[in-house]
Amino acid sequence: MELAKKDHEQPSVQSLAISKPESRLYMSFISVAFISLLIGGLMGLLQVFIRSGKFTLPAGIDYYQILTVHGVILGLVLTTYFIIGFHFSLMGKTVGISIKQRKTAWVAFWIMVIGTIMTAITILFGEASVLYTFYAPLRAHPAFYIGLALVIIGSWIAGFVNWRQLALWKKAHPDEKSPLLAFMVTVNTVMWFIASLGVAVAVLVQFIPWSLGYAETINVLISRTLFWYFGHPLVYFWLLPAYMAWYAIIPKIIGGKIFSDSLARLSFVLFLFFSIPVGFHHQLTEPGIDPTWKFIQVVLTFMVVIPSLMTAFSMFATFEITGRRKGAKGLFGWFKKLPWKDVRFLAPFIGMLAFIPGGAGGIINASHQMNALIHNTIWVTGHFHLTVATTVMLTFFGISYWLIPYLRGRKLTPNINRLGIIQAIIWTVGMTIMSGAMHIEGLLGAPRRSSYSEYGGGEQVSEWIGYQMAQAIGGTILFIGIVLMVYIFIKLTFFAPKGEEEFPIAEEEVDAQPTPAFFENWKLWIGITVALILAAYTIPFIEIIQTSPPGSVPFDFPIGR
Amino acid sequence: MRKRKDHQASENEKPNLIGTFISVMLLGAFIIITWFGAYALFISR
Amino acid sequence: MHLHKFEKIWLVCGIGSLVVFLFIVGYGAFWQGTHPQSHGVTIDPYNIESNEAFKPENLGLTKVDDDKYIVNIAASAFNYDLGKDEEGNAVKTIRIPKGSTVLFQAATKDVVHGFHVAGTNVNMMVEPGYVSSLETVMDNAGTYTIVCNEYCGVGHHMMYATVEVYE
Repeated sequence: MELAKKDHEQPSVQSLAISKPESRLYMSFISVAFISLLIGGLMGLLQVFIRSGKFTLPAGIDYYQILTVHGVILGLVLTTYFIIGFHFSLMGKTVGISIKQRKTAWVAFWIMVIGTIMTAITILFGEASVLYTFYAPLRAHPAFYIGLALVIIGSWIAGFVNWRQLALWKKAHPDEKSPLLAFMVTVNTVMWFIASLGVAVAVLVQFIPWSLGYAETINVLISRTLFWYFGHPLVYFWLLPAYMAWYAIIPKIIGGKIFSDSLARLSFVLFLFFSIPVGFHHQLTEPGIDPTWKFIQVVLTFMVVIPSLMTAFSMFATFEITGRRKGAKGLFGWFKKLPWKDVRFLAPFIGMLAFIPGGAGGIINASHQMNALIHNTIWVTGHFHLTVATTVMLTFFGISYWLIPYLRGRKLTPNINRLGIIQAIIWTVGMTIMSGAMHIEGLLGAPRRSSYSEYGGGEQVSEWIGYQMAQAIGGTILFIGIVLMVYIFIKLTFFAPKGEEEFPIAEEEVDAQPTPAFFENWKLWIGITVALILAAYTIPFIEIIQTSPPGSVPFDFPIGR
Repeated sequence: MRKRKDHQASENEKPNLIGTFISVMLLGAFIIITWFGAYALFISR
Repeated sequence: MHLHKFEKIWLVCGIGSLVVFLFIVGYGAFWQGTHPQSHGVTIDPYNIESNEAFKPENLGLTKVDDDKYIVNIAASAFNYDLGKDEEGNAVKTIRIPKGSTVLFQAATKDVVHGFHVAGTNVNMMVEPGYVSSLETVMDNAGTYTIVCNEYCGVGHHMMYATVEVYE
């Protein structure tokens, strides 16, 4: 196996050149993400309009069809494609990619594209208005499930390539620690693989045979449990790439160093451990799961807060150390030394801020019986529009401002930088209004995933509708932000002036403490992860199977099939 | 890449992180306040 | 691996807070019995009438004692069946005196539904094959909308009923 490039000179940061064909691969993934952003954003705009009660959809288009498109294309397509493109870029930059690996990566891309198109067609024909959670016994067209399975299989292949990339690098660099970013990508792809096995089993063993009519009934609770075994790590699969940028890229952009390589690795390992055995906190109000096991998974859910607490400290510390080195004085003088006019910093920074209320809300959501306060209310929608649609998205935008010009051999001009800052501000304003209104409306009891309804009138409901008006305003502002972002994407991809953009990877301090070698012990990490999953799921899963009621036949009429 | 360094003695000292400490403690206070706010609402219903 | 002194304090405080949260909800759940609904009671999804509570005549509000009520609900796309009144019309509103203890029991005839007495802690998933139930004390007077808060199909947002808690 030949590595495309080898580079032994760099002691602390591996930095390889990225060739044209590689760039094309990475850009293909990222481009799908931005196309998805536009389509999904447009659906979001239609949703807030409909929910304001002032508009109706033409031509008999159903609200829930639009909602399915919104959830699938933003929650599953945009995120997965961007993340895989970003993963590959990081691996290509730090450990390199061989020609064979690159070809395999293209196979992954095309499998995912075929799956995405299959899914999209079934949704557009109104054959799959089941939302992105596709809860049984609502039945979509089999092609919907097959398409989703292909997307997941493609993403696995991409992950396998990443593992191979790191393995080959380690063979060539026997006694070196793996580059931090390559380590992080590997953690995220390992987590993704272990987690998506759950949904893959549900889709392949339960949904596909049942939707085709080969199996008469489906076990609803098992399908939901398998889905949420996957569903929570899914959100960490979105979040960890943002954390990669925060830990290892932002310090470089602000002119600083990595606060602690070991602590960064430790937090990622903790995410690997505690992201998966926590799915019951999405099922707290379900009738068929033993409450003691729910509580055990609530405790495990709280464990996954710890690496985020560590991350918060690391971020502030990076900012403070860097600012003080630049001569900042006083308690908070370092705050002024941050590069506020650099969109590569500003957008992710706003993302970090959004994670404070996002995280606080997440702890409330997972608090066992307190979940009844907000379960399936639009508070939850407000919550993940802070976490994934602000924290993660603004960080992804922040990454795009340097990654796209780098891959395309162009420059981030001061002009585009300014547009980016405006974009980040528009996003912040729009999301504050929309997500804020959703949080409050949710506390008042209004449901999520619901088209406009007056529910027979009443004071309570008229109060909700007021907040839906606010969401329409916030959502409109956000859509303007999306259009601007897509414009910036096109500009950076095709029209920005030719030049060289930096691929910012932060270095460690020269006198940094060495990272312990045990971090490279993947067997240990995966072993603990599997042990935790088995501990959290084995007994309740057996209980669910043993006490199962009769399975459910498929239902087509509720979704208008 | 970029292997310049003007690391002086200051690098070997413990970094001054008092601002960081106050920031994270404020963040923690925010989490505690919102959680107890939600808890109070839950109990009152 | 080295932790800065401040980071140690921060993590001790942070983890300590999480432990306090867990202790509070754990105390409520295990000692005061406020677990989220989880009874594991199964029912035949093709024939929920086989369960006494969901026979047509037992649907809706039943007074079992002074200040003690049971509300049985049969959910289906896209309707909550709360029984019929004397004239034979479908009941859409339930009236309960303030301070009553109310046991809500729900089951679905078809797909997954939600059951949320909006503005209260009565918030349950209703899944085929299981009886969802939650007992609560209706301490606050007011009009509450029962909403289906789990997507059940094109008419999902038309699925509702009303609970009036009067003084």
